[in-house]
Amino acid sequence: MLETVGVEREADLFDIPESVAFDGTLNIESRSERAVTREFELLLDHNDDLVELLGRGHYDHYVPSLVNHLADRQEFLTSYTQYQPEIAQGFLQALFEYQSMLVELTGLPVANCSLYDAATALGEVATLATRVRETSGSHVLVPEQMQAGKRGVLENYADGAKLSVESYPMDDGAVDIDALGAAAGEATVLVYAESPTVRGVVEESLSEVAEIANSNDALFCLGSDPVALAILEEPATVGADVVVGDAASLGMGAAGGMGLGLFATRDEYLRQVPGRLVGAGEDESGRRAYTLTLQTREQHIRRERATSNICTNQAWVALRAAIHAASLGPDGLVELASDCVSRTTAVADRLDAVPGIEAPVHDRHHFREFVVRSDRPAEAVAEDLTDHGFAVHAIDEHLLQVCVTETNAGAVDAFVDTLEVVA
Amino acid sequence: MSQKETVGRPDRHQDDDGGDGYDQARFTDGDRYEPLLSEKNSHEVAVDTELPEELTRDSLELPALSEPELARHYTRLSQMNYGVESGPFPLGSCTMKYNPPFTEDIAALPDAAVHPGRDEETMQGTVGVLGRLSEYLARIGGMDAVTLQPPAGAAGEYTGVLVAQAYHEQNGEDRTEVLIPDSAHGTNFASAALAGFDVVELPSGEDGRVDIDALAEALCDDTALLMLTNPNTLGLFERDIDEISEMVHDAGGLLYYDGANLNALLGRARPGDMGFDIMHYNVHKTFATPHGGGGPGAGPVGVVEELAPFLPTPMVRETKDGSTDEGDTTGELSYELYEPEQTVGKVHGFLGNWQVLVKAAAYIARLGEDGLADASAKAVLNANYLAEQLDYDVPFGPFHHEFVASAEQDAADVAKRMLDYGVHPPTTKWPEIVDEALMTEPTETENRRTLDQLATAFNAVAREDEDIVEAAPKRTAARRIDQVGAARNPRLSWHSLEE
Repeated sequence: MLETVGVEREADLFDIPESVAFDGTLNIESRSERAVTREFELLLDHNDDLVELLGRGHYDHYVPSLVNHLADRQEFLTSYTQYQPEIAQGFLQALFEYQSMLVELTGLPVANCSLYDAATALGEVATLATRVRETSGSHVLVPEQMQAGKRGVLENYADGAKLSVESYPMDDGAVDIDALGAAAGEATVLVYAESPTVRGVVEESLSEVAEIANSNDALFCLGSDPVALAILEEPATVGADVVVGDAASLGMGAAGGMGLGLFATRDEYLRQVPGRLVGAGEDESGRRAYTLTLQTREQHIRRERATSNICTNQAWVALRAAIHAASLGPDGLVELASDCVSRTTAVADRLDAVPGIEAPVHDRHHFREFVVRSDRPAEAVAEDLTDHGFAVHAIDEHLLQVCVTETNAGAVDAFVDTLEVVA
Repeated sequence: MSQKETVGRPDRHQDDDGGDGYDQARFTDGDRYEPLLSEKNSHEVAVDTELPEELTRDSLELPALSEPELARHYTRLSQMNYGVESGPFPLGSCTMKYNPPFTEDIAALPDAAVHPGRDEETMQGTVGVLGRLSEYLARIGGMDAVTLQPPAGAAGEYTGVLVAQAYHEQNGEDRTEVLIPDSAHGTNFASAALAGFDVVELPSGEDGRVDIDALAEALCDDTALLMLTNPNTLGLFERDIDEISEMVHDAGGLLYYDGANLNALLGRARPGDMGFDIMHYNVHKTFATPHGGGGPGAGPVGVVEELAPFLPTPMVRETKDGSTDEGDTTGELSYELYEPEQTVGKVHGFLGNWQVLVKAAAYIARLGEDGLADASAKAVLNANYLAEQLDYDVPFGPFHHEFVASAEQDAADVAKRMLDYGVHPPTTKWPEIVDEALMTEPTETENRRTLDQLATAFNAVAREDEDIVEAAPKRTAARRIDQVGAARNPRLSWHSLEE
């Protein structure tokens, strides 16, 4: 090959000025595949063996083995963006089916085929809100109780769109409608609310939130996730203009925070949607075929006027979520979601019976998680629980948060026993 | 489904040029290659929960299939998809190298599956992997600090732009412009705009590189950043990088390195040594993590010491009693998360695309510095060897890991016809500086036999009549798709098919 190219050494092919050539050492030693695997096994073994009762935006639902085996097929895993749809029909159809399931769950007619995570999806909504509004505004309104990472990401996106992020108060863990009404005004471009909230509260006044947003010519963005949406009111019905969330609650399990940005919206904002869309069309033989579509929104064509900078997305995670949803089917998904309500109520009742503990703190309906008040400082209780093999959130001086799904439900008895000791 | 609907299409591969394509036993019905999940079976279930009725939906309708049916559905879909293990994938700018499967096993270890809300003391393994990867990337790029939080290359660009913005603001400067060469990736422009900057486009010089005079003219007190890809999208090294760096810094701006083409330089040149202040790494390209049909990737960002305080939070660092000696798996590893003093905040809700990051760390450990340097050497050799075999003009050089050939036919048609020869085509019609561009990046993982096969496909198409090329592809799962028609009448869900 060197001869064909006409050089003696590979090094001769590099056109790098000597002044910037690297002649030092990177100090990274090559190891065998076996050695690297062993090394990472041992390294990761430094993660303590804990029962995680953790949520707040990242959820561990059991992922059926089928999902791993199908999603790991190399044709899916090692392919890339479907620039040549004729040899990417499989992934395109799977993403079309993913979009379709989100349409069913949200009631909104347009869902994209993924953004990075819930936080960046919300950030994208802030920029969308400025684009679709006729008059300029100055701020977005978000609940005062919100996952810190999500708020942080939103602040960056909002800043780039010359918007500020302001909080509205919560009343017993849910939107304080009067306070929101007072906070919203002409300068509000976006009102964000969640159901379930970061504290697991099922919001009861979403229609009122929508009304406040509408009356101020602001968008209403609802944060949720596909498991909760299996049973909660359809976002379209309560007046949501956009739905965002982490769809990796299906398909991923605990994954160090790796997510899947869910994004669904109304038809009228179709040409403002960030990220990739898969559409159905026809091939030359007249058969239905799928393709990436409306690409003139995207950065590779529209550049600085694109609806977003996203290119590489979370397509494979969307594939996983779709397979997981399909394997549950409507019965399984509704059952999973129903359990997230009934199990949570039952566990909260048991914790409430523990001396020194009040649960749930908020007198609301809950989904998957709830806040607990402890007489002892929350940090101290959480540390003691960790020593006994349980991880919970300490979210305030005397507030803990507990998340229960089918993956940790079997440890609830032991958790209650332990709490009786350390509370 | 009636019998009539389920019979196969015996004519499917008896195409115009007499091909008798291989069609593994499978049936399709008349107007679809594979029915949708919803068309196979769907079921509506009533929702009845402990919640008050007014808070719940009445019913939910979704596909309802048995597990074997699902296994077959997705297996059949996969058979209509082309991955790196299907054949060569010289998609320029995307670095579609082979993805070693052992990294999948590591990412799937039960110990790798933790919730990011844990205290770092209880996830020293996860934080340790992140710490180690940060250190590897810093050395590879010649940077002083690296954040792993950005979940893709474009997110890395955006993070880098935020860091530059914060730096200038801290210096009391209101710099509003980002300079970007016309040959840059579209994401550069979009990322700068997302952060609120005005974009100034720099025309390329006649040699395909940065035009120094145009740069001098564009630089001013408003210049916050110059974003460069090096080697650029034509595969050319910016030879004047020292001068460019000096000019940008003299004007008070910062220099950003788009890491999309880092695969050309591993162990041979480092952005930090070229005067770049900020860079992102596309670990799904350079460090072989699978592209997953579009993602996930990861776009860590490295910066020089002066900019480290602005990186997103949290960062990972070794604590005093810690040890990160190579191969140390038994010592008292100790890492902590911390918030940089003047952090730009968050660019991902949690820690980034963890599963991608752990695979990249394992890949780097497997190759080591010699393996990484060899990867780049072979990537550059392969590109040069392939270009040498082609009956196409390659107007710009000397190129490195990728080259842009110019087709005499419509480049998009050439790509479609290459599909019929069983290979993935290059990126087409971009960068626009080359007529009918075929941007080709074979990567280091292809051998001579495969490169020869690719060359055969390229050259066969070049010799074919226009009508054959325009009518392609004939031997793919689907025939040429009417993308204009699909965009004119957007149907984005199975609900819209019923309308």
